[in-house]
Amino acid sequence: MKNTAKKQMSKSTRSNLIMTGAIVLVYIVSQIMIAGGAMSNLMKGLLVPLCYYSILAVSLNLTVGILGELSLGHAGFMCIGAFTSAFFSKATVSVITNAGVRFTLAILIGACAAALFGGLIGTVVLRLQGDYLAIVTLAFGEIIKNVVNALFIGIDSNGIHFSMKDAMALNLSEDGKIIVNGPRGITGTPKDATFTIAALLLILTFVIVTNLVNSRSGRAIMAIRDNRIAAESVGIHITKYKILAFTISAALAGVAGVLYAHNISTLIAAPKNFGYNMSIMILVFVVLGGIGNLKGSVIAAVVLTMLPEYLRFMQDYRMLIYAVILIVMMIFNWNPKCITWRKNHSLQGYFARLTKKTKKEA
Amino acid sequence: MKMKKVLGLILTVSLAAAGLAACGTQGSTVSKGGATGDKFYIGAMGPLTGSNAVYGQHVKDGAEIAVKEINAAGGINGKQIEFKYEDDEHDPEKAVNAYNNLKDWGMQLLMGAVTSGPSVAVAEETKNDSMFQITPSGSSQDVIKYDNAFQVCFTDPNQGVASAKYISNQKLASKVAVIYDSSDVYSSGIYAKFAEEAKNSNFEIVAAEAFTSDSKSDFSVQLQKAKDSGAELVFLPIYYQETTLILTQANDMGFDPIFFGCDGLDGILGVKNFDKALAEGVMLLTPFAADAPDEKTQNFVKQFKETYGEIPNQFGADAYDAIYIIKAAIETAGVTPDMSTSEICDALKSAITKITYDGVTGAGMTWAPTGEVNKEPRAVIIKNGTYQLFE
Repeated sequence: MKNTAKKQMSKSTRSNLIMTGAIVLVYIVSQIMIAGGAMSNLMKGLLVPLCYYSILAVSLNLTVGILGELSLGHAGFMCIGAFTSAFFSKATVSVITNAGVRFTLAILIGACAAALFGGLIGTVVLRLQGDYLAIVTLAFGEIIKNVVNALFIGIDSNGIHFSMKDAMALNLSEDGKIIVNGPRGITGTPKDATFTIAALLLILTFVIVTNLVNSRSGRAIMAIRDNRIAAESVGIHITKYKILAFTISAALAGVAGVLYAHNISTLIAAPKNFGYNMSIMILVFVVLGGIGNLKGSVIAAVVLTMLPEYLRFMQDYRMLIYAVILIVMMIFNWNPKCITWRKNHSLQGYFARLTKKTKKEA
Repeated sequence: MKMKKVLGLILTVSLAAAGLAACGTQGSTVSKGGATGDKFYIGAMGPLTGSNAVYGQHVKDGAEIAVKEINAAGGINGKQIEFKYEDDEHDPEKAVNAYNNLKDWGMQLLMGAVTSGPSVAVAEETKNDSMFQITPSGSSQDVIKYDNAFQVCFTDPNQGVASAKYISNQKLASKVAVIYDSSDVYSSGIYAKFAEEAKNSNFEIVAAEAFTSDSKSDFSVQLQKAKDSGAELVFLPIYYQETTLILTQANDMGFDPIFFGCDGLDGILGVKNFDKALAEGVMLLTPFAADAPDEKTQNFVKQFKETYGEIPNQFGADAYDAIYIIKAAIETAGVTPDMSTSEICDALKSAITKITYDGVTGAGMTWAPTGEVNKEPRAVIIKNGTYQLFE
C-alpha cells in the first residue's frame, strides 16, 4: 500500500520533499547548535548569505539550465531587488513598526521590481535567436549599477525628491532625510533578514522552480531549449515561455537581493557586489553545481561561499588556493575520465552493490 | 532505486551536518583560547587583496610595529597584546565575515576597518555586540554614527572643508577645477563639502568633472575641460591610482597647474612604473609627513623602513597611532583583559574623551563623544621624490 502511494507521488513533489527535508534538517541542526553555543560566530554570520547565494544560483539555473539562455547580468536583478526593498524599508521604518509585515512587503516589492525589469528585457531580447540575451544582460547589469550610483533620493514632509546630480540638489526641507545617497548608497537599512526567513525563502524558491520545471510550462520551456524548431512546429509559443522563465528567474534574484540588503546595514552598488564579477560568480555556482541540476546549484553555492572564509588561515595565499580548488573541482566534476571514475567508485554504487549482495544472500 | 536515492540523501545531509559541526567545535575552542584574561586581544581588518590593498597592508604593518613596541616595553599595564589582522577585500559583506572570524578568535577590541564602506557595515555589528571600535582611516561620517566607534583620521566633510580653507587662506589659486570619482563614497563626500565651503572662499570652482570607477583609465576629457576653463589649481579628492594616470595625461597635453589632493593621494610615490618626476609639486592635505623632524615620526619611519623596506604612508601612521590611542585609553580607564567586551567598551568610551594624545599624525589629538577626532591638518608637498611639509 505504502509503495503505491509513493509511486503516485509526482516527480516534483518528491524532489521538493527531498530538498525541503534537507534544508529543514540543516536548519534544525543549526538552530540546536546555536542554542547550544556550538556554532562559531563566523558560521552564524554566514547562514543568511548562504541562503541568498543559493537562491541566486537556483534562479540563474532556471535561465541557464532549464531555459538554455545565457544571462550575464544576474547581479543586476539582485541589485534592483536590493535597492527597491531597502528604499522601502528605510522609508517606512518609522511607519510600519512590525518587522515581519515590513519585511514581507519589502520582499514582494523587491521581487516585483526585479520581475518588471526582467520582463521588460525579456520581451525585447528573447524574441531574438543567438547570444543576444547574454550581451544585453551584461550591459544591463552594468547600467543598473551606474544608475544607482548616480541616484539621490530624499524624503521630507513635501514628498519624495529625486536628483541625478548630488545630495544638495535635492533641496530637502529641514525634517527631510536622504535615503539613497548616490555612491554612498543606502545606510541604516533595518536588519530584518533572519535565518528562518532566509531558509523559508530558499525552500520557496526551490518549490517554485521544481514545480515550474515539472509542469506543462516547464516541459514547453525545456522543449524550446532542446530544439526550438521542433517546439515551434508543435505549436509552443516560444517567446511567451521564454519570457515566463526569464521573469521568474529575475524575480527570484530580486528576492535574494532583498535578503542581501536586509542582512548588512550598508548597501553600496560596488563592482564587487553587484557588478560583472558577481554575475560571473553566480554563473560559476551554476556551472560547478551542474547546469540544470538545482540541488547541485545549492551545494555549489554553499561550498564556494564558505571556502574563502575557511581558507583565512592561509593568509596571503587564500585567494590563490581558492582559485586552484575551483579549477580542481571543475575538472573533478566535468572531466569525462573523472566522471567514469566517480561512477565506478561512488558511495551510492557501493551501497547499492552491498544491498544487492544481501538481497542475493537472503 | 528508491533505496539508493534515500541513502544518497542521508549521506549528503550527514556530511553537511558533520561539516557544520566541525566548524562549530573549531570556533568554540578558539574563542576559549582568547578569553584567558592575561592578554588584550586586538583585532583589525582591511583590504589585503584587491585594488585598495596598499592601504590595508600599510595599516597592518603600522599596527604591528606599534604592537611590537608596546609588547617589548612590557605591554599595557603589564599585559601583552595579541594582534590579528584579517582581509576584508574592501567589501562590506566580507568585512562582516572577517569581523565574525575575529570574534571567534577572541577579539576584545577592534581597530578597523581601513576603508569607509566596510567600516560602516562593521560599525553596525560592533554596536550590537557593544565592542569598542576605532578606525584608523575609515573617514565616512556614518562610521561614527554610534557612540562606541571612534576615528583617528578626519571625516570626509572635514577634509573637504579643510582643503577649501587651506587653498583660500594660502591664496594658492583663484580658479579651481575639481576632478572627482562620483561613484566613490570618499571622493564624492569630500567634493560635496569642498563645493559648499568654496562659496565662502576667495576662489571659484570653474570646472567640476566627475568620473566613475568603471571608466577610470582615460581622463583626457576632464583634463581638457579643466585646461580650457583656465584653472590654476586642480583639486583631486581621489585615490592615488587614478591620480598617477591624471598626472601622466596632464603632462602629455602640456597642462601644468598645481595639483592639490587629500589623504587619498598618499602612497602615490610607492606606485610601481610611475615616473615620480611627474608627482613633483603635487600638494596634499594629510595629517602625516614622513619627513617631519619630531622624534616620534623619525622613530616610526625608521622602524617601518627597517622592517618592511618602505616609507610608511598616512594609513600606516594612523594605524600606529590607533594602537597607542587604545593603549592610552586602556591605561586611563584601568581596564583589564579579564573584563567582558561590553565592560571594556563602556570604560573606553568615556576614557577616550578624556585623553589628549600626541602621535605621528598630529599633536594634541582629542576626541568628542561623537567619535570625531580634533587635530590640525598639515599640507605636504612632494619634492625630490619625498613628502615634505609645506610651510
